[in-house]
Amino acid sequence: MKIVVCIKQVPDTVEVKIDPKTGTLIRDGVPSIINHDDKTGIEAALQLKEELGGTVTVVSMGPPQAEVALREALAMGCDEAYLVSAREFGGSDTYATSGILAAALKKIGYDVIITGRQAIDGDTAQVGPQIAEKLQVPQVSYVEEVKEATEEYVVVQRQYEDGYHIIKIKTPCLLTAIAELADPRYMSVRGIVEAYEKEIKTLGFEDLKDDLELDMIGLKGSPTNVYQSFTKEVKGAGTILKDVSAEEAVQAIIDKLEAKFII
Amino acid sequence: MDFKLTKTQLLQQELFRKFAETEIKPIAKDMDEAEEYDMGLVAKLQKAGMFGIPYSREYGGQGADVLTYTLAMEEVSKIDGSTGITLSVHTSLCCPCINEFGTEEQKQEFLRPLVDGTKVGCFGLTEPNAGTDASGVQTTAVKDGDDYIINGTKIFTTNSGFADTFIVFALTDKSKGPKGMSAFILDKEMPGITVGENIERMGIRAASNCEVAYENVRVPASRMLGKEGVGYKIAMTALGGGRIGIGAQSVGIAQGAIDEAMKYVKERKQFGKTINKFQNTQFKLAECQTKVDAARLMVWRAATAKDNHENYAPLAAMCKLFGSEVANEVTRVCVQLLGGYGYCREYPVERAMRDAKITEIYEGTSEAMKMIISGAMKV
Repeated sequence: MKIVVCIKQVPDTVEVKIDPKTGTLIRDGVPSIINHDDKTGIEAALQLKEELGGTVTVVSMGPPQAEVALREALAMGCDEAYLVSAREFGGSDTYATSGILAAALKKIGYDVIITGRQAIDGDTAQVGPQIAEKLQVPQVSYVEEVKEATEEYVVVQRQYEDGYHIIKIKTPCLLTAIAELADPRYMSVRGIVEAYEKEIKTLGFEDLKDDLELDMIGLKGSPTNVYQSFTKEVKGAGTILKDVSAEEAVQAIIDKLEAKFII
Repeated sequence: MDFKLTKTQLLQQELFRKFAETEIKPIAKDMDEAEEYDMGLVAKLQKAGMFGIPYSREYGGQGADVLTYTLAMEEVSKIDGSTGITLSVHTSLCCPCINEFGTEEQKQEFLRPLVDGTKVGCFGLTEPNAGTDASGVQTTAVKDGDDYIINGTKIFTTNSGFADTFIVFALTDKSKGPKGMSAFILDKEMPGITVGENIERMGIRAASNCEVAYENVRVPASRMLGKEGVGYKIAMTALGGGRIGIGAQSVGIAQGAIDEAMKYVKERKQFGKTINKFQNTQFKLAECQTKVDAARLMVWRAATAKDNHENYAPLAAMCKLFGSEVANEVTRVCVQLLGGYGYCREYPVERAMRDAKITEIYEGTSEAMKMIISGAMKV
């Protein structure tokens, strides 16, 4: 099975600071990391490979510095890495990015594509689903568990706020990963040594142009115009009661409802 | 001359830093209080490849260099000195004996599981009456057919509480003194080996450090390293390299204390301002960081010399002598900067100061380092 994981290098900060004048992210002085959900995707892919055999390929679109993120993925155990990088691709929004990545994936080949749900810098959760649409393959987003995997199909659990779906999906397909899907492994010392012995293949404009909508790439080809960026408000967090009996849990809920004069 | 780490080394450093912060930091204090090393942590360290860093992949090792190993030592020791010594005794005392003096068969059989993360090793040289003067070893190995029978008692054997492989130094010819010493590879399952309780200590309390008694332990001659009489040379060679690890551990303990102090002085308010605004705080930390940087460069110099197969022994002794003294001074200053809180167990600088002391003692005292350095200088 050929598993391909798309990853993005993002600034390492939970609360990304935004330049109030330009509305863009301030990246200076912030270390770069592999986006968390994407790293979960790498782990899920490595586990699939361990179960079914095959290879894990990692792909990232970004500037040449994104190489470090790809090395890290190799050091975790991925077999090969592609950097999708060209001047023409700079400034791409999600539509343009997914088009370019879809073209790259056609070149690379795939049975299962895994992307992270969303990147912590943009928070759109659009690139994964758009890739699937452009490649005309079925997709499941918000995957929190792979329940069964074969060469022909995978059975996954898709998370909702108030429940879940169990979905059987034919390969080739695309899955978007959320944190619950897997706990990313560490790189290993040996993995890092070997990651730097491997070649990172670059796919540039010339390599992909035949499969691209040429007026839909880069800053000019991006339909999105950012009007304003701001830090989102935090939603109310739930309370989790762990290791309590059913009776204690019921009592705790009743206490809460009474405290709020609901009952 | 380039003082920059390579891209590979930088990524390794990131792994070590993340591992230490995520896996060691949450349990370091508890391990110290319990005076017991967490075996789950050993397994995680093994999985990440931390027990075989500077060893060839041909033997199952990680294939990195000695400099990378010092980065690991620094990062883990920033958080926990006990983890530093646990890795160090295994990596730079036990394994080198086999790597540098073992036969091909011995490397395949005994080095491979040590460096591929299956087994943990320890190093039994020190005895109640043989410390700095290692020639005072009294443990004997008497030939009996194709075997040797080992009798004696070793003390302060780090990792012995959970090690699988023991390198043991014993006299095969009592009349020759150090030249009658030989080295053997033992397994913990061998009948006659008794590992005592963890010795109660001032610092590095989570590390396993016990007395080990060897009573009529029968060891096949095939488990002797080199030949009869080269044991002392093997021990001195291993210790010579081990000191690079202790130098790096010292740098880590000191840097960890500075990092904690930096956080504290930016938050702690006295006389109406945070104490980092006082020049005393600024100057103390400036002095500390300068010394730690100097010590780190000395560690890197010694490690680079070892990687380049140059004569590293005097450089290793220097980095250990200087680094350990810096660790003691810097941790003491950092405790002072935290004041009463620095003296409390709640803050990690207290543990760092206790952990620092041993670096001036083990794998050769500061005094022994001065003997080596002055000897190399031909004073």
